[in-house]
Amino acid sequence: MREVGLLARREFVAFFRSAQGYVIAALYLAMVGLDFNLRVLGGGAKFSSEVVSGFFFELSGFTMFFSVFISMGLIARERETGTMPLLSTSPLSDAHIVMGKYLGALLFLLLITAATIYMPMLIMVHGKVSAGHLLAGYLGVLLLGGATLAVGTFGSAVTRSQIVAVFVSLGIGTPLVLFWLLGRYADRPLNDVFSYLAIHNLHFSPFRSGKVHLRDIVYYFSVIGFFLFAATRMLESRRWR
Amino acid sequence: MIEIKELIKNYGEVRAVDRISCQIAQGECVGLLGLNGAGKTTLLRILACLLTPTSGTVTVDGHDVVRQPEQVRRLIGYLPEEPPLYLEMRVADFLAFVAGIRGVPRMDTGGRVQQALQRCQLEHMAGERIETLSYGYRKRVGIAQAIVHNPPLVILDEPIAGLDPAQIVEMRELIRALRGEHTLVLSSHILAEISQTCDRLLVLQRGRLVGSGTEEEIAGSSGREFRLEVLLRGQRALVEQALGQVEDIDERQLEQRGPDELLLRVVSSQDVRAQLAAQLVGAGLQLLELRRQRDQLEEVFLKLTGSKEGAS
Repeated sequence: MREVGLLARREFVAFFRSAQGYVIAALYLAMVGLDFNLRVLGGGAKFSSEVVSGFFFELSGFTMFFSVFISMGLIARERETGTMPLLSTSPLSDAHIVMGKYLGALLFLLLITAATIYMPMLIMVHGKVSAGHLLAGYLGVLLLGGATLAVGTFGSAVTRSQIVAVFVSLGIGTPLVLFWLLGRYADRPLNDVFSYLAIHNLHFSPFRSGKVHLRDIVYYFSVIGFFLFAATRMLESRRWR
Repeated sequence: MIEIKELIKNYGEVRAVDRISCQIAQGECVGLLGLNGAGKTTLLRILACLLTPTSGTVTVDGHDVVRQPEQVRRLIGYLPEEPPLYLEMRVADFLAFVAGIRGVPRMDTGGRVQQALQRCQLEHMAGERIETLSYGYRKRVGIAQAIVHNPPLVILDEPIAGLDPAQIVEMRELIRALRGEHTLVLSSHILAEISQTCDRLLVLQRGRLVGSGTEEEIAGSSGREFRLEVLLRGQRALVEQALGQVEDIDERQLEQRGPDELLLRVVSSQDVRAQLAAQLVGAGLQLLELRRQRDQLEEVFLKLTGSKEGAS
């Protein structure tokens, strides 16, 4: 596990050794901050809990979108720059490589998401919101972001081009979001299946209201596990070509 | 140390490695020789567990590269043609990271990094970012990462490719310094270079092993001749007299070089260097230079691979 930790740390630090990490962090924080002022706080009088719920809804969208860009280079960049043999010839298994890189990216996501906490804290100080609501909201955002990062890690394992990795991730992530629409219009029992598969609507809504359900946590961990497993299989398959 | 049996690797319809079998003993320095596309890199990548063979077996220290890749990877250090480096990292940090992922205990990491820096003469570059280093230094860092965990087997793919003449000399010395402590397998298409560095050569042509052994053995198996050039000072008659005492000379040619120097060219099926030198000196001639024509190795290689190609 020490090796996985080392890989995660290197990946995390690498975000700050290039412009990419700073650009992603700056854009993410600027857009979340602007959106908070314009959309979340605007629109007339609201209860504090409604404002916080709105904040987490908006934050979840930005987090999903930026997760794709955080994860695009995780494996694709290694191939692009020719550093993959360094990892592939080490005693690390492909699963360890995927896990280490994913954890490094998750740590970066955690850091930039944590930097938004001053916004709901303002509501908490000036209004009436429980700490539990904030914790539940951030847990939901991190689970959703973590799931999108896993999709992005898979996208990054498919190709050596970071741009293509973004399109692959968006190609998978967009239907996962839009499944809730199919769930609304499809007949039974397909509507239940689509609603359950949708990554955002059914599973994220309870978190933004301050509720934590085990079934939603299980869902997000299942998505993370599935796509990290798929990314590992992609890496393994390259040895057979 | 390494046992390869009936190894085949196909890329779709293309066969990159074709029924190669060979053994490499512990401590040996073996060079893979072949033109571009001969299958050298594919063979090395299979050894490094980066590729899986289509059929056949490869074992390193008794561990199968397909069934026990993690055990094999603990035994190897690998440098591909382009050194795999995180350019934004500093040299010492990078080596510490590599040592860590290769299982070197935390308490030993500092010592191992220092040792690798020392062996690759990189101590003064330890704090530099890799992106600021020249290509020659990057290659050295590449070798340092391959040996930082002190693996029994070091695999170097075209270690001198892209280096300038001064860097080639430095790299040659570095590789020589690695001999003895590690089993070395390296590839090159520069024949003179590889023959100077390795104990044994494996000659590949279109994925097949067409020759194996020392330079002399390979030369012998391909019917190679010894072509010698001798620069002398003295009388022509004395040269003729000395040559009469040397057996196995197939061709000779003597020409005047300058006012009192003679250039003797000799072709023989045997290594007559010692005998020839003794007779020339014994005849009272001044022996200024005796050298074997090095470019013959290229001829041997082309002959060897050309004849095999013709046969197929």
